[in-house]
This record gives sequence, structure tokens and C-alpha cells, in this order.
Amino acid sequence: MNLSWMAWTTPTAIFFITIVSLLLLMSLWEAIKPGGGPRVGILRIETTRGDRLFLSLLGSAFIHLAWLGLVGPNLWWALGVSVFYALLVFRFV
Amino acid sequence: MDKPFSNKAWLFVLPVFLLVALSAIVPLMTVVNYSVQDTFGNNQFFWAGLEWYEELLHSERFHDALLRNLTFSAIILIIEIPLGIFIALNMPRKGVWVPICLILMALPLLIPWNVVGTIWQVFGRADIGLLGHTLAQLGVDYNYATNWFDAWVTVILMDVWHWTSLVVLLCYSGLVSIPDAYYQAARIDGASKWKVFRYIQLPKIHRVLLIAVLLRFMDSFMIYTEPFVLTGGGPGNTTTFLSIDLVKMAIGQFDLGPAAAMSIVYFLIILLLSWVFYTVMTNYGEDKPEASR
Repeated sequence: MNLSWMAWTTPTAIFFITIVSLLLLMSLWEAIKPGGGPRVGILRIETTRGDRLFLSLLGSAFIHLAWLGLVGPNLWWALGVSVFYALLVFRFV
Repeated sequence: MDKPFSNKAWLFVLPVFLLVALSAIVPLMTVVNYSVQDTFGNNQFFWAGLEWYEELLHSERFHDALLRNLTFSAIILIIEIPLGIFIALNMPRKGVWVPICLILMALPLLIPWNVVGTIWQVFGRADIGLLGHTLAQLGVDYNYATNWFDAWVTVILMDVWHWTSLVVLLCYSGLVSIPDAYYQAARIDGASKWKVFRYIQLPKIHRVLLIAVLLRFMDSFMIYTEPFVLTGGGPGNTTTFLSIDLVKMAIGQFDLGPAAAMSIVYFLIILLLSWVFYTVMTNYGEDKPEASR
């Protein structure tokens, strides 16, 4: 199958493989511990694991954009901040 | 929990998944790929990295279009949601006027976007349009093609005319589903009209209201056809909303890389704001969603 029209690059392929891997890991987690682990966290709204992953990914996208706009194009620090943010989301939200 | 599980259900989901994959996920992935590259056509791409994103984040043109779009969506929600609720509250619940009102409300929704734009373009013209000519006769200097304020008023009026009915119909469907017993109890308690609205009607319609707010927000934030037909984004750039700017960039200038980066940022903003609206509104009041949402 010719996918050249999708204009693939190695970095974007790695990005999507990471997203798909995260989704597979979440499915595995759900298979081991069904129910989604709902709880009410610091936002005082009920969230499941899926919600927390969504918040982590969406927040990470904005962290990267903010870093790019305010600091510069070296996004490794933004990635570090995003991972830390995701840990906080999974722990407290 | 010992619920019986059947994996056959996945087979039923599969066609939808394939459809969504082809219509949404694959194009979105392609846009991400485009956003880090530059192309001059002929399926040839050159790595650009984060250049388009950096350019976009520092672009005054993008900031202006985003601000215009946020302002437009805020005005639309502020006008259409209360107006829609007000009309729905005053619509008849019984009798011959019910189908007449429902048809009248549904009519604007049946008209295609570009036709709505054309209708208002003609309607607002001072030489042949009913609105423009009447205002000119009254001595009002109204011209949506040269005055930014007139252009904004016309675009907003057009959207209110086109889409308030959606809010009305959604609220009306919520209102007619409220059992009479609630109103009887309110009458016995001597509740005022405002209290009936505040403590019975509003909580009962807040789910459909959530759908109305989300639909109207997303639609107004993605508005393209009507202002494009009416003003073409002008005068100047005063009604150039994000989608109009995006199309100018992608098709007018053939800057596919920057347009793709803009699409991704645009998509993220819509996703964030929709999530905020959804979360705030589903957690509003005492009628909270079940744990198994």
C-alpha cells in the first residue's frame, strides 16, 4: 500500500506510535483492572483513567505550544514538564 | 461485577471505526505530517520541523483571527442561548399552533449555508435589499461591505436568524418532556414564574442545553460559509475568522505546511474549549452524571 500521499516522516511516525502504544497500554490496564477507576480528584469532577489520559495529552499539547511560543524550539524540557504534568494528573485529578 | 461480556459487539463497532478512521483519523494524521514539512506540490516534501508552529504562534494575523473568532462565538452564545430558551418557553405546548411554530422554527435550519449567506447579502444591500434600503430610507448609514461594525452586526444577525431555532427546538423538546406533576407541585407551593423556571425547567433542560451550547459553540467557532459569502472576510480582514484565514492560507496561498500547523492548533483549541464546556455543564447542579459515564 502506497502511503506516500500521507507524507510520513520518522518523528511523526514515532509520535503516532507513542499515542497508539499509550492507548494499547490503557486497554491492557482496563483488561487487568476493569471499570476505569473512577474517582473525584482536585478538579472536583469525576474522572476515569481515560479522562486522565485525555487531560494529560491535551495539556501536554498546550505545554509544548506554550514552550515553543514563549521559550524556544528546544522541546525536550517541554516533554519533561509534560511527563511531570501527566504524573500529577494521574495522581491528583 | 459479573456482567456477561460478548466480544461480538466489537464486530458491530468495526464499520463505524473504519468509517471514522477513514474520514477523521487518517486525514488528521496526514495534517500532522504536513505541519512539519513544506511542499510545492507534486508530492514532494521538505522537512521544516517546528518552523510553521513557531511562525504561527508569533503571527499577529493568527492572533487577530483567533480573537475575532472567540469574540464572535461569545456573542453568539450570549445572544442565541437566552433567546432560544425564551422563545421555547413561550411556544405553545398544545393545539394547532404547535406544528406551525415547529415548522417555522425548523425552516431556517433547512436552508444551506451558502444560500443563507446569499440571502443576507442581498437583504443587506442598500440598492435592492429590504433591510439595506429601509435603513437607507431611515437615514442610517449602513453598509456591510465598507464598515466593519455593519459587517459584524450583519454576520451576527445572520447567524442568530439561522441557528437560534436549533436552540429553541432542543429546549422545547426538553420542556415538553417535563411531567405535569412538577408544575402542579409548584402551583400548590405558590411558586413564581421565575422560580418554576429556575428550579424546575432549567434543571430539567440542562442536558439538552449542554448539547445546544456545545453545538452552537463548535459551529460558531468553525463558521466559514456564511461570512465568506456575505463579506468574503472583509472589509479588510475584520470578519476573517479562523476558518476563512485557514482556507486563504491553504488554497489561496498554497501554504500547506503553515495551514496544517494552524489546523492542528485550531483543533486543539476547539477540543479544549469543548471539554471545558462539557465538564462545566455536566457537573452543574445536583443532577450529576452516573459513575459509569
